[in-house]
Amino acid sequence: MIDKIVATPAAALADVPDGATVMIGGFGTAGQPDELIDALIAQGARELTIVNNNAGNGDVGLAALLAAGRVRRIVCSFPRQVDSHHFDRLYREGRIELELVPQGNLAERIRAAGAGIGAFYTPTAYGTRLAEGKETREIDGRQYVLEYPIRADYALIKAERGDRWGNLVYRMTARNFGPVMAMAARCTVATVHEVVELGALDPETVVTPGIFVQRVVPVARRATRGAGFSGAPGTVQGASQ
Amino acid sequence: MNAAAPATALPRWSRTQMAARVARDIPDGAVVNLGIGLPTLVANHLPEGREIILHSENGVIGMGPAPAPGAEDYDLINAGKQPVTLRPGGCFFHHADSFAMMRGGHLDVCVLGAFQVSAGGDLANWHTGAPDAIPAVGGAMDLAIGAKRTWVMMEHTTKSGESKLVERCTYPLTGLACVSRVYTDLAVIDVGPAGACVIEIAPGVSFDELQAVTGVTLHRSRGSGLQT
Repeated sequence: MIDKIVATPAAALADVPDGATVMIGGFGTAGQPDELIDALIAQGARELTIVNNNAGNGDVGLAALLAAGRVRRIVCSFPRQVDSHHFDRLYREGRIELELVPQGNLAERIRAAGAGIGAFYTPTAYGTRLAEGKETREIDGRQYVLEYPIRADYALIKAERGDRWGNLVYRMTARNFGPVMAMAARCTVATVHEVVELGALDPETVVTPGIFVQRVVPVARRATRGAGFSGAPGTVQGASQ
Repeated sequence: MNAAAPATALPRWSRTQMAARVARDIPDGAVVNLGIGLPTLVANHLPEGREIILHSENGVIGMGPAPAPGAEDYDLINAGKQPVTLRPGGCFFHHADSFAMMRGGHLDVCVLGAFQVSAGGDLANWHTGAPDAIPAVGGAMDLAIGAKRTWVMMEHTTKSGESKLVERCTYPLTGLACVSRVYTDLAVIDVGPAGACVIEIAPGVSFDELQAVTGVTLHRSRGSGLQT
């Protein structure tokens, strides 16, 4: 019998080694799997490479993992936010390495890893400093930049509902990177707020087929907190993206 | 710069007027991405009677206005991470699909803010170039080159009076030759291979006064009826 349900976040992440590359879903706090990040902090793995759109908000979640000194390198599109003070400090002190990737390239490089694509040409960033040193090619009169896949040892994602085969559906814009990260990691761990029987998810609307998911962890539902922009609870004024 | 027309003395469009002016040019049926900051205001001025669909790169199309106070749900946010609503017919999708909508040329219009735009349509809007700045790009480079039409909305001059419309961008580039039109608080100007062509000027500002505060040679757009 296939049963991917794991009782606790701690049990689901017990085997993450030092030096692992870990994708973490979420755009800001929407879709960020807080329970899994807390378990990763408690678990103690060090020298991690983290792939996320941002670099943490406030003092919890990814920000807390950074603050605990566990992250050697981060791959993201938008680290600087009004409440990214932990990343900002580590970066200025030279204690964290940053690979800055345009958001669409980040998503597509992750997708490419999951889809078995060796590399791809994209028009994004052509002629900018983020394409410096990269191979370029003119195709049908347009200039493109060669980009390589980003794959991971683990993907930690947040879904809404799942079953024991690992089929997942998400909630609104909390979906964001979840489906592509699930494809790109050797071991994908998804939290769900509800575990349902096989067949209960409408097969026409399953978003992530269970083949991309190795572990499903039920967690209690709680409201997603706002973060990363002026006006969000607990943040200060300023621009963000 | 020509000191005969100090930038501060010119009558300028307000941010609200700029937003309304951009909105007027968005056709019925268009799918539009409004960038963070000034462009977000355009959503408040979409003309009555036009069905315009708003896309946000974090994974939503058919975005509605901000929810009523107390009804915020932080699983339903826009690219600025502000809570929004979903209109009937709207839907959600993952990031790779969202950027495929952009990169694949499916979006009709993208409106972005900018530090600088060149007469040829180069855009600089992600980095001031300050050596100690923490870089952050987000979706700016994908947005710049993705939509069928990329428009910029920005103040005509910096706080110190320097033109933001330039021959060559001095700030780090976001994209090459990607902007087709610029809406400032002084004018609406097409940019591209033909250079900077003025479409419209704020009331009370003459072409020469506009030229005096602009860092590139301006042309009168054919059919604009602009007089000196």
